[in-house]
Amino acid sequence: MKDHYQLVIIGAGPAGLAAATVAADHGVEVALLDEQPAPGGQIFRAIEAAPVERAEKLGPEYRRGEKLVSAFRNSSVGYFPDTRVWSLSARREIGVINQQQARMITADQVLIANGAFERPVPFPGWTLPGVMNAGAGQILFKGSGIVPSDGIVLAGSGPLLLLLAWQYLRAGVKVKAVLDTISRVNYIKALPKLPSALLVHHHITQGLRYQQTLKLAGVELHNGIRDLQAHGNESLESISYRHKGSKQTLKTDSLMIHFGVIPNIHLSQAAGCDHFWHKRQQCWRPELDKWGGSSIDGILIAGDGGGIGGARTAEHAGRIAAFRILHNLGILNQRESKIEAAQDRKWMKADLRIRPFLEKLFRIPDSMLRVPHDNAIVCRCEEVTAGKIRSAIAAGHSDSNQVKFFTRCGMGPCQGQQCSQAVAHIVADKTNTPLQQSAQFRIRPPLKPLTLGELASIYPEERE
Amino acid sequence: MFKRLDESPRQTVTVIINGRSVAVPQGESVAAAVLAENIGYSRTTPVKQLPRAPFCMMGVCFDCLMVIDGVPNQQACMVQVRDGMHIERQHGSGV
Amino acid sequence: MKSDVIIIGGGLMGFSTALQLAMRGLRCTVLEKESPGRHASGINAGGLRQLNRNPAEIPLTVEAAKMWRSIEALVDSDCDVRFPGQLRVAESADDLDLLEQRAAMVRSLGYEHEEMIGREELYQLAPALAPHCLGALICREDGYARPFHALTAFRHKACSLGVEYRVNTVVDAVERERGMWRITTRKGEFQAPVLVNCAGAWAGHIAASLGEPVPLKPGAPMIMVTERLPHFVDPVIGAAGRKLSFKQMQNGTLLIGGAHMASLDFHKEQSEIKWPKLAVSARSVMALFPQLKDVRIVRTWAGIEAFTPDNLPVICKSSTAEDAYHAFGFSAHGFQLSPLIGRIVAELIVDGISSFPIEPFDITRFKSS
Repeated sequence: MKDHYQLVIIGAGPAGLAAATVAADHGVEVALLDEQPAPGGQIFRAIEAAPVERAEKLGPEYRRGEKLVSAFRNSSVGYFPDTRVWSLSARREIGVINQQQARMITADQVLIANGAFERPVPFPGWTLPGVMNAGAGQILFKGSGIVPSDGIVLAGSGPLLLLLAWQYLRAGVKVKAVLDTISRVNYIKALPKLPSALLVHHHITQGLRYQQTLKLAGVELHNGIRDLQAHGNESLESISYRHKGSKQTLKTDSLMIHFGVIPNIHLSQAAGCDHFWHKRQQCWRPELDKWGGSSIDGILIAGDGGGIGGARTAEHAGRIAAFRILHNLGILNQRESKIEAAQDRKWMKADLRIRPFLEKLFRIPDSMLRVPHDNAIVCRCEEVTAGKIRSAIAAGHSDSNQVKFFTRCGMGPCQGQQCSQAVAHIVADKTNTPLQQSAQFRIRPPLKPLTLGELASIYPEERE
Repeated sequence: MFKRLDESPRQTVTVIINGRSVAVPQGESVAAAVLAENIGYSRTTPVKQLPRAPFCMMGVCFDCLMVIDGVPNQQACMVQVRDGMHIERQHGSGV
Repeated sequence: MKSDVIIIGGGLMGFSTALQLAMRGLRCTVLEKESPGRHASGINAGGLRQLNRNPAEIPLTVEAAKMWRSIEALVDSDCDVRFPGQLRVAESADDLDLLEQRAAMVRSLGYEHEEMIGREELYQLAPALAPHCLGALICREDGYARPFHALTAFRHKACSLGVEYRVNTVVDAVERERGMWRITTRKGEFQAPVLVNCAGAWAGHIAASLGEPVPLKPGAPMIMVTERLPHFVDPVIGAAGRKLSFKQMQNGTLLIGGAHMASLDFHKEQSEIKWPKLAVSARSVMALFPQLKDVRIVRTWAGIEAFTPDNLPVICKSSTAEDAYHAFGFSAHGFQLSPLIGRIVAELIVDGISSFPIEPFDITRFKSS
């Protein structure tokens, strides 16, 4: 790894791969940094290593990644897998750990392409072994061919939930039940957006038909479920929920949950980029211009990290950002970059047409986001419950950061990534302030744990 | 509980999970290998000593912390198995 | 709204002052520009240190230490205090000389809280320490507390005695009119006959508007915290030859400070960590505890604090305005003093004079410079 690159891209998912390939093809010296051992991001995880039989079960959208990765492999991009970025400054200094060696590198242009993660929605029992994210289940499937053995309950909301159920079905895994928080109201609200969504024969609208497949296979499918809880001592033994007003219990040792995905804004926050609360997507996302440029010069963001658009949109956004970067580096003039980006813009626009429909349909009920149960653990690291957060607010700690100071909520190794949204919802609710006005946790680097020895090794010459 | 799909055999390495030798596919994450072993929980928490297991599998939640080759607080989902690797449950802050 | 005293600054000094005034029966309003303890009060390292203070501060720090010992009686909370002692380690013969001179100086002033200990006792107190140390200066009564908890306790107790406070209340103007202070804020106007300036890094503005500017310099000392570790060290550790303050907190995390400064945009209230300087802190820790090399840092921060040219606070009656008082500029070591500062300011307001020697902290000392 060098000390300086023309372009550093963080994240080797569809956005990062597409951008890196374009930039390298134009002669830019690119470093692509990624936490994972192989390219593809979470969506195309293990795309190069997964045996064909597994890839088939995962479906055609997964296999789209093969082309993207092979184009990237044929490029001259400097690729650094197993590499963690622990800091990013507005001056484009990037703290990196690669092969046990910590360093600080710089770049003329930075593209953040680190995607999204599953929205944490705390409920009682969600910390029990046996409960995991549906995305985690999919990662196990893609990366290792590991699947639930004794039947699985899937709960929550979002395209991924149905997709995973469908993938499990294809792999012969017994799916006990799919419990969807979507209610009739969501369908009614989403309906007006449907025609525009159907204009594109989108793979996700295709996915909605999975419901039909699941029903035919005899999977228990319930919509409009509420009050999900997981029970057990050392691990999950059963779940309970309310459906049509009555409480239901289901014995299971495996529950996978999914409540949509939210942008991973840790890096863009650390750099100091402006963010805003996106009401429809129920998440914070960075302010971006139409090229993916953030509020800070030389820092661009593409893919789900800039707002949820899915894998195809991410790929287009990655290329569009790359054309802007080529202009910023003086390789293309403004007109050329505009022309180069035109095709991707068109495709991206078409791909995004489905979003308003999905956002309405899969909207998570605000009542769940506020974590109504006082005994639900909100901060998984420091084990702070919703009740404790509410009593801190009642004691006058009226914003997220004061709650954090007082309860240690968000001070664990995950850096508040798993609890910041829930805390914001609880604070907004309890203090009667709109979410868009509420403060987020201030970022406290390193974004990823860094050892004392690693930090000391970066600056061996520095003296007091 | 988890199982491995019946797939064409791959190259394996041997790791020691809580004292037991296990053959696992090369290139797999420690968290995946541990889940496939169905050991129940992979750590207890430092505050309330409650059991936890891998949750996000992608490096964001830090719930899969384990003691790997004697070093505590390793994110099992971000570390790949190596031949002869010792993987142990972490208790609390990792003593 | 009207009260007897308006206190600008909702940090520890402000609430400590409000509490003491309320205990003497005065009605106080605390105006805070953001949230209570947002800056220095909330984010400091929580050290309760008498060790190695400027001689001028010794009478104050010794009394403050007594107050911390029985802090629960004052604020109904123990503020999570611990008193495992603080050490200043000698790593060379020169260090040892320096510390011995210090101990002698403190003794000559008639105080006994600081004393030298030899190698043997040092390793009894801190067996995990690297073997090269020769001895240490110690204050056995020193320790630490959790600053935000302390702040909250002071606030709650003050409020229980009738103190009012306003958050997000930025002061725009301070004027004196017919024996009353009129404070114009973005949240309306406040009036009181007495004004106290506890505005921390922003206190310079208030002092200037009273016609007595102070060369106050904002800074942002950096702190880093590690993951939780099994308990291995009791006392707070510093070193004669290093900028370092190191302690293992109640929950097992290590808190590492050293007064290395972050870069600061004071106007925007944004600080940015200077990694090269934290690397020096990391190396200092590793020199004293080599076994911590692989310990993970999980969090760093830098809070805004105000420094005076002589690193001594300003605690006094205004030299230019009637019924105005100052308590600010604690230069990153005010936490320990905070319970007493409220008492001193309350004495100045109620009795007209403090029972403590506060002459060195007068605001007029900056005039000639």
